[in-house]
Amino acid sequence: MRASPAAQGGRWLVILLGFLYFFLPILALAIFSLWAGGTRYDFSAYAHILQDPQFRQTFGLSFMLALETIVISLVLVVPAAFWVNLRAPGLRNVLGLLSVLSFVVPPIVLVGGLSALYRGPEWFVGTPQFLVAGYVVLALPYTYRTLDTGLRALDLQTLSEAAQSLGAGWGTLLWRVILPNISAAVLGAALLTFAIVLGEFTFANVLLFNTFAVYINYIGQTQSTPAAALSLISLAVTWLAMLVMLRVGRGRVALGGTR
Amino acid sequence: MKASTEGPALLAVPPAPRAGREHRRAWLSTALFVGPLLAVLLAFLIVPAFAVLVGAFRADGVDGAPGGFTLAHLRELAQPQYMTGLRNSLLLSGGSAVIGTVIGGLLAYAVMGDGGPAWLRNPLIAFSGVAANFAGVPLALAFVATLGTTGMVTRLLSGIGINLYQHGFNLFTFGGLMLVYAYFQIPLMVILITPALDGLRREWREAAENLGASAAQFWRMVGLPVLAPSLLASAVLLFGNAFSAYATAYALTSGALPLLPLQIGAVLSGNVLSDPHLGQALALLVIAVMTVTMLAYTTLERLGSRWRR
Repeated sequence: MRASPAAQGGRWLVILLGFLYFFLPILALAIFSLWAGGTRYDFSAYAHILQDPQFRQTFGLSFMLALETIVISLVLVVPAAFWVNLRAPGLRNVLGLLSVLSFVVPPIVLVGGLSALYRGPEWFVGTPQFLVAGYVVLALPYTYRTLDTGLRALDLQTLSEAAQSLGAGWGTLLWRVILPNISAAVLGAALLTFAIVLGEFTFANVLLFNTFAVYINYIGQTQSTPAAALSLISLAVTWLAMLVMLRVGRGRVALGGTR
Repeated sequence: MKASTEGPALLAVPPAPRAGREHRRAWLSTALFVGPLLAVLLAFLIVPAFAVLVGAFRADGVDGAPGGFTLAHLRELAQPQYMTGLRNSLLLSGGSAVIGTVIGGLLAYAVMGDGGPAWLRNPLIAFSGVAANFAGVPLALAFVATLGTTGMVTRLLSGIGINLYQHGFNLFTFGGLMLVYAYFQIPLMVILITPALDGLRREWREAAENLGASAAQFWRMVGLPVLAPSLLASAVLLFGNAFSAYATAYALTSGALPLLPLQIGAVLSGNVLSDPHLGQALALLVIAVMTVTMLAYTTLERLGSRWRR
């Protein structure tokens, strides 16, 4: 059936309005970040940011926390997802339930529970490393699902038996056979985690750690132009990570962890 | 020895005499592979969540020692400011969920429905995956640059004589927040509803037309009833998505708007003179709403997946 002209018109009106609504804030952010007072537009806000030692500090901190979260998540989730797919399908429901639980307990509630429960030792709770514990939990539903999808595409039974009949132990099997076979899923999970940690605000703000998102919010209250530039940088990094992830992982991104 | 085709089965069921040892070994390796993840989740998700639940019922003890059990904190929730917070949170989540469902659904159908522009399909899905994750502080600042008092659109409109802020619009209030939330709700809806739209088979439409149905009749009697569980499930998930959000609202209103997550944050950061148990009672309220939300979502999702094979 050919759609009526009215229906086609409605269709393109919806697409156009959607495009405007999603495009305008980004355009406004970009223009605002170039505004240098009056009618002058230049890159001074970006230069200002790059000279601010706090930018390097907070971005560096968030970057490090992201790397730590990625490594710890992979070390925890890869063996678990592997084993669930190979030998313990009964545990699939348990992990699925835990993923749902981390939606039911939002970040603002979880951080309350964490800070009420852990008051020491100082070397753990008093440093930003404490955030990693929360970030691993926050990223779990995404890392688990991405890696699980990657593992499901493999014939784990055959791969394991072949490797073990050649004398490989579990460690060799995981490191040299399974991991290379799911490299796309690993990269996808890593990028997703990176984007989540870089934009994470709730944990850091409540626990009073100066991460990148906390810094952007702080700048936003006093200097609006540099804040716009920072937001654009954050947006670009996040989107790049997400786009690469969509490309390599072919996975769907549903809910993010930073709202 | 049995036929070689039963190899995997033999591996899975060990011979009877060694069953006990094998069983123990299987249990041990399961603990080794899955144990660390479960231990971390126990320590940093389950126990903290449980601590919140218990803390909501705990009285203050002396010198940091836990006190007895009490319902006093739950009764404190009846104070007007927390009831306002709950009402605002429910309205904001409900409103942005409805906006997201309707507009996201229409947008998805405009691109991916029968006769839509096929070349836009993949860009829309990719963009939605990305935009659904654009939230928090940068999103709030993007809207300030667009519709704030000196935002681009605000200035453009005042240039042609329309002063938004004199007409009662204010980005930093409830209505403005709803507009900002729509930015991550609409793309999430597109992602969630795409499988259901794909499941809406062309043959059904053709069959309806052959029987003389108009487009309106098709939608009323076939299309919407088939889509209804998926639409409802997505709306419920969108509701939960907004209900648990914190960063965007905090960055936009500096935590001043009475919303449940912001109130929990205020109690936690000690901006308000209050006891931690009150924060836990508020958190209990959020967990209760989110539990109902997720239960409704899983039930509706199961109903909706019936048509997708």
